[in-house]
Amino acid sequence: MNKNQFWMSGNEALALGAFEAAVSVASGYPGTPSTEILENLVKYDEVYCEWAPNEKVGLEVAIGASFAGSRALATMKHVGLNVAADPLFTAAYTGVRGGLVVITADDPEMHSSQNEQDNRNYAFAAKLPMLEPSDPAETKEFIKLGYRLSEELDTPVLVRMTTRVSHVKGIVEKGEIAPRAVASVVKNAPKQVMLPALARKRRAYVEERMAKNREIAETIEINRVEMGDTKRGFICSGVSYLYVKEVFPEASVLKLGMCWPLPEKKIKAFADSVDELFIVEELDPFLETHIKAMGVTCKGKELVPDQGELNSAIVRRSIAPETAEKCFDASALPPRPPNMCAGCPHRGIFFNLSRMNVFVSGDIGCYTLGFLPPLSAMDSCVCMGASVTIAHGMIKALENAGAQGEPVHNKVVSVIGDSTFMHSGITGLLNSVYNGSSATLIILDNRITAMTGQQQNPASGKSIKGDPATSLDIEGLCRALGVKHIWTVNPHEVPETRKILKEAIDCEEMSVVVSRAPCVLLPEMKERKPVSYYTRQENCVGCGSCIRLGCPAISWTKFGEGEAEAQGYKKTQKGVSKIDENICNSCGQCASLCKFDAITRKEA
Amino acid sequence: MEKSGNILFSGVGGQGILLASEIVAYALLDAGFDAKKSEVHGMAQRGGSVTAELRYGKKVYSPLIEPGKVDLQMAFEMMEAVRYLPMLHKGSRVIVNTQKLLPPSVANGSVEYPENILDKLTEKGITVIPVDAFALASEAGEIKTVNVVMVGVLSNFLPMATSVYEEVIRAHVKERFRDVNLKAFALGRNVS
Repeated sequence: MNKNQFWMSGNEALALGAFEAAVSVASGYPGTPSTEILENLVKYDEVYCEWAPNEKVGLEVAIGASFAGSRALATMKHVGLNVAADPLFTAAYTGVRGGLVVITADDPEMHSSQNEQDNRNYAFAAKLPMLEPSDPAETKEFIKLGYRLSEELDTPVLVRMTTRVSHVKGIVEKGEIAPRAVASVVKNAPKQVMLPALARKRRAYVEERMAKNREIAETIEINRVEMGDTKRGFICSGVSYLYVKEVFPEASVLKLGMCWPLPEKKIKAFADSVDELFIVEELDPFLETHIKAMGVTCKGKELVPDQGELNSAIVRRSIAPETAEKCFDASALPPRPPNMCAGCPHRGIFFNLSRMNVFVSGDIGCYTLGFLPPLSAMDSCVCMGASVTIAHGMIKALENAGAQGEPVHNKVVSVIGDSTFMHSGITGLLNSVYNGSSATLIILDNRITAMTGQQQNPASGKSIKGDPATSLDIEGLCRALGVKHIWTVNPHEVPETRKILKEAIDCEEMSVVVSRAPCVLLPEMKERKPVSYYTRQENCVGCGSCIRLGCPAISWTKFGEGEAEAQGYKKTQKGVSKIDENICNSCGQCASLCKFDAITRKEA
Repeated sequence: MEKSGNILFSGVGGQGILLASEIVAYALLDAGFDAKKSEVHGMAQRGGSVTAELRYGKKVYSPLIEPGKVDLQMAFEMMEAVRYLPMLHKGSRVIVNTQKLLPPSVANGSVEYPENILDKLTEKGITVIPVDAFALASEAGEIKTVNVVMVGVLSNFLPMATSVYEEVIRAHVKERFRDVNLKAFALGRNVS
């Protein structure tokens, strides 16, 4: 590497590209695999960055900055664009003043997502150009190009990242920094007030713009033909291009850096120049469908899987199965699924819920892991904020058409994290109160957006830069929404929490329990030098109470024949528990459950 | 000296796999290779199985290693050495930290940790290099340096000189942890 080259992830390169493009304002909501974009962009002092409470807010902030003449960036994961779709579709009409780039980071394979929607479809539906880089170096260049296109065509530009671009590291070269535009207020109602009479005019402009955009797609350098052997020709975009190059380095390739709109003339000319044309793309047959609509003969999804990620082995097997080599078979092993951390405050809540006969309407975050055994205490999880509203819908169905004479208020509990509550749970709670729900909502306030790796939020008391910020009073907000029954609990006190949860569930009106304890991964929690708990094994009766917490620090040693007696335990005792002090984060939940004084805090 | 290669890092979330793979990547880059590395973040990191894939050569396209093409595997836990068997081939070398971390089903007593698990690799003809990295990390003075001990062992199978790694460690590890990590690297490097 020379001194201008750096080893960077796709997300770091994206941030560098935005910096070099002189982006002035960036807003977004964390979500894998997009999170590190803003985390890196905030390191450049010239750029104003913020975490928004949700993606719709983030995109609207970026639109505002663009209206003020600044280059703006909105970042989100694929499902976040569903939340931001409302402003996106109309921003396609208003166009931009300062360049506007919207990042959608898709997650094929659902490494950390609830669905694997293909957001290239948004470019088609919203009539917007979309760029799709293949690796970190391209990502940086495409972002800069995105801003030039945005201003040239007066349009927001979508850039689609995927997990294997965002979270791949490669060599990236630093470039020149563009001059920064001066922001100002300029009124331009025909372009920025989208009431019907004006919107109809902009609607016509959108079609003119797409026609111009299609011409640009024919000549833009990122739509490039790499002519090789003409026996096989491939059309691909994004990371799929790299898999094709890996497996068929000799073949001809049309690489589409701009995956929408498509260059029809270029595609037809390429198709004519090769014997057989293959479309290799992850997820939907997006390119294939539109290329076939041009009347071009090609093969795509009849060979290449339409679900999950691709890789070079899958591409090889799909296109040239005769060249695939046999691999060793996998060996059957106990699985190692993700688990809540030792000392996680969520565990205390889910342990209690697992012992109550309620339907748990869950939400998106670390606490979704409450679904896994041994807690198995989550019965639904759909999208951000849906815990509150799904619980309300169930309650109303039970009230309206459930079994006669049976109580309804104690049947359904919803569980939501602090960040998810602020993202899209608040309006749901407002609805529940307004429409007389009798459900119970548990807000798991761990003082941070934990799942995506510790991002600040409107309740954490800090900005994205770590500066002090106004912190939301969650209980006060619930009161303002009209909730009359509110409790705050320390989830590490497991039996105490149980009593309060029971009281809340027994309540015949909407009730809220705020479970408040910081995430153990917070830097201040890691720094506090925890005093661990340990097992006084002579007192352990093998009741298994602590084991049922499912804490990674606690393990069970089974006794063999005669072993219990030999070690001085009751003959019938099946085994003993042990705490691994290296893993223990000293939450004390196990100690609060142990009735036999077998778990004790180690005093320093 | 190998002109290209594929290194798989496997272990359990929280073992410092990402830092280990970063050190190796920087050392390869310093030696003039092109490289790409793939990681997965988010939910997978919460105590579950974690991998990082590092590829190097004159020019690297795909960021993912093809099954059957791993040359070197760094396994930070015994079971995690065997979980990716389809990624290996007969000539693969697997460096294993002989530590056992119990997955939930083993910790709660419902299944046993598989015995003699590394036999599943040796019986295929794969070279296994077992290392008690936990003991060496303790000897270095910080159990969290298991990852850097492992990098030290791995360095014996890559063409770069010790000084390249030492420089990378100095550049990428916080000052107060620098010496202990350099010691951990040296202890790993000297494993024969």
